[in-house]
Amino acid sequence: MITLSGKSVFGGIAIGKISFYKRNEITIKRSHVEDTEAEIKRFEKAKEQASAELQQLHDKAMDDVGETNAMIFEIHQMMLEDLDYVESIVNMITTQEVNAEYAVGTTADNFAAMFAAMDDAYMQGRTADVKDVSERLIKVLSNSDHGAIEMKEPVIVAADDLVPSETVQLDKEKVLAFVTMYGSSNSHTAILARTMNIPAVIGLGEDLKQEYDGKLAVVDGMDGVIYIDPDARTMEAMQKKQREDLEKKELLEQLKGKENVTKSGQKVNVYANIGNLSDVGAVLKNDAGGIGLFRSEFLYLESESFPTEEQQFKVYKQVAENMAGKRVIIRTLDIGADKQAEYFGLDKEENPALGYRAIRICLTRPEIFKTQLRALYRASAYGQIAIMFPMIISVDEVKKIKEMIQVVQEELTEEGVDFRKDVEIGVMIETPAAVMVSHELAKEVDFFSVGTNDLTQYTLAIDRQNQKLEPFYDAHHPAVLSMIRIAAENAHREGKWIGICGELAADLSLTGTFLEMGIDELSVAPGMILPLRKTVRECE
Amino acid sequence: MKEFQYVITDPEGIHARPAGLLVKKANEFASNVTIKKGDKSADAKRIFAVMGLGVKKADEITVCVEGEDEAKASEAMEQFFKGNL
Repeated sequence: MITLSGKSVFGGIAIGKISFYKRNEITIKRSHVEDTEAEIKRFEKAKEQASAELQQLHDKAMDDVGETNAMIFEIHQMMLEDLDYVESIVNMITTQEVNAEYAVGTTADNFAAMFAAMDDAYMQGRTADVKDVSERLIKVLSNSDHGAIEMKEPVIVAADDLVPSETVQLDKEKVLAFVTMYGSSNSHTAILARTMNIPAVIGLGEDLKQEYDGKLAVVDGMDGVIYIDPDARTMEAMQKKQREDLEKKELLEQLKGKENVTKSGQKVNVYANIGNLSDVGAVLKNDAGGIGLFRSEFLYLESESFPTEEQQFKVYKQVAENMAGKRVIIRTLDIGADKQAEYFGLDKEENPALGYRAIRICLTRPEIFKTQLRALYRASAYGQIAIMFPMIISVDEVKKIKEMIQVVQEELTEEGVDFRKDVEIGVMIETPAAVMVSHELAKEVDFFSVGTNDLTQYTLAIDRQNQKLEPFYDAHHPAVLSMIRIAAENAHREGKWIGICGELAADLSLTGTFLEMGIDELSVAPGMILPLRKTVRECE
Repeated sequence: MKEFQYVITDPEGIHARPAGLLVKKANEFASNVTIKKGDKSADAKRIFAVMGLGVKKADEITVCVEGEDEAKASEAMEQFFKGNL
């Protein structure tokens, strides 16, 4: 068995034979032409034919992948007709007395270089489009066909890279997966693979060899791995993964776009918990209504020193934009206890869970906190960001936080930086103290979010890391459930909403209880979204 | 000559798809349409030039329209920017 890893573009598991895309490579030779007029005519004619081909591809793509994705072929047509592009080719033929193929090839290289030099990953991806258009022209000029793939049975299509026109020409019914040596996740092939719901792994590099043509392989689009000649154990594991994936997709199909509403008409928001930017894909794939807990710690833990405002801003902005107007609740720094970063210079503590952590660090080291708040407010202009604060035990803390927010807002206004004034702010309910003063807290904030892991630990005085305490531990302890109920009642009394983002939110045996308490939002790991939504719809 | 300023609000800026639509729109008119960003400018009827400007969100651009149908063209271009970018 050979295992190769690349970058996943679209999830899913495919099992089948590899078929290498055979392209008729053309080497362009430079040759001298006497009659440049005739050569230009030959080029013009080829351009017409290429344009007609693109029109056909456009029409096919309209049927296969919809108007938005088909637009690329219209853009290819425009590139083909672009005056700068055409002038460059014609000039080269006239002044250098060269053949049209050479003029097109050289012009293509020049234009591709322009895109490659741009400071923008998306635009850099457009070099592939220039090359695709130009290769089409060259193939028409040299009367060669476009290459193809033998697809008698469904296969895993392998290639060095596929250009949009090649992807679209493939018989969709017979493509199990795409695997390529190169390519970027911004390429149209990647975009099309996603639209066509086909597992795709790119960037496998030179390890993906022509000699694998015809071999049996498994493509794991979730982890970006392919197994060639898989052994029995891998095969079995992958078949299981494939079945689970299909079941999930079926569930998604059933639930997509449907409201999370119980039989009696009670609605609840089902959001996702995430710990990194890379999780956003899973959130969207599982059709979550928003992000209920974005743990900002990774920014600090993955860094060697304090992340700058700019670094943080970029991350928050991207999440907000990717979620396209859906609510994104970002929790401010929750470091300390079991999550440590050297450069914070925190002391070793006797009792870290009850120690110097989270909001306690933020309120005593305002420079760290202010940087994060500035980044959050700046990002608020790009979507629906909400901010929540961890480990709150008193109203006084909330007032201090709000003073700090006031300062940040004034600074940004003065600097003329865009931000939203109406960003929702909330507190985590994860200490018994917060529950006991929740009637006061509710007056100060827009929402509550219950962190059940810490709330359970602090309520029951049980360290969950300690296995000896297992017999005493009861996740459904009535004391914890009472705490949640009290917080919910106090939130609602002030017209505020309350969510749960701890592990209990994903405990399907409690969904009914939470709904009965009037919990407004449940936030769970992306993989639990669909089962939870299904459960909600089955509740009375 | 007609001229107007516009600040891009599309998060991706003038990427491939809106560039295509923009070129299409500009080609509906006889007037010359020029887009300026800083000291760079591009003919709005040429897709490579438009994409080459690398216009991003929050960039301010100036659009100049000159020709026999400039009044109509300028208005249509302004509408286009507001609606698409």
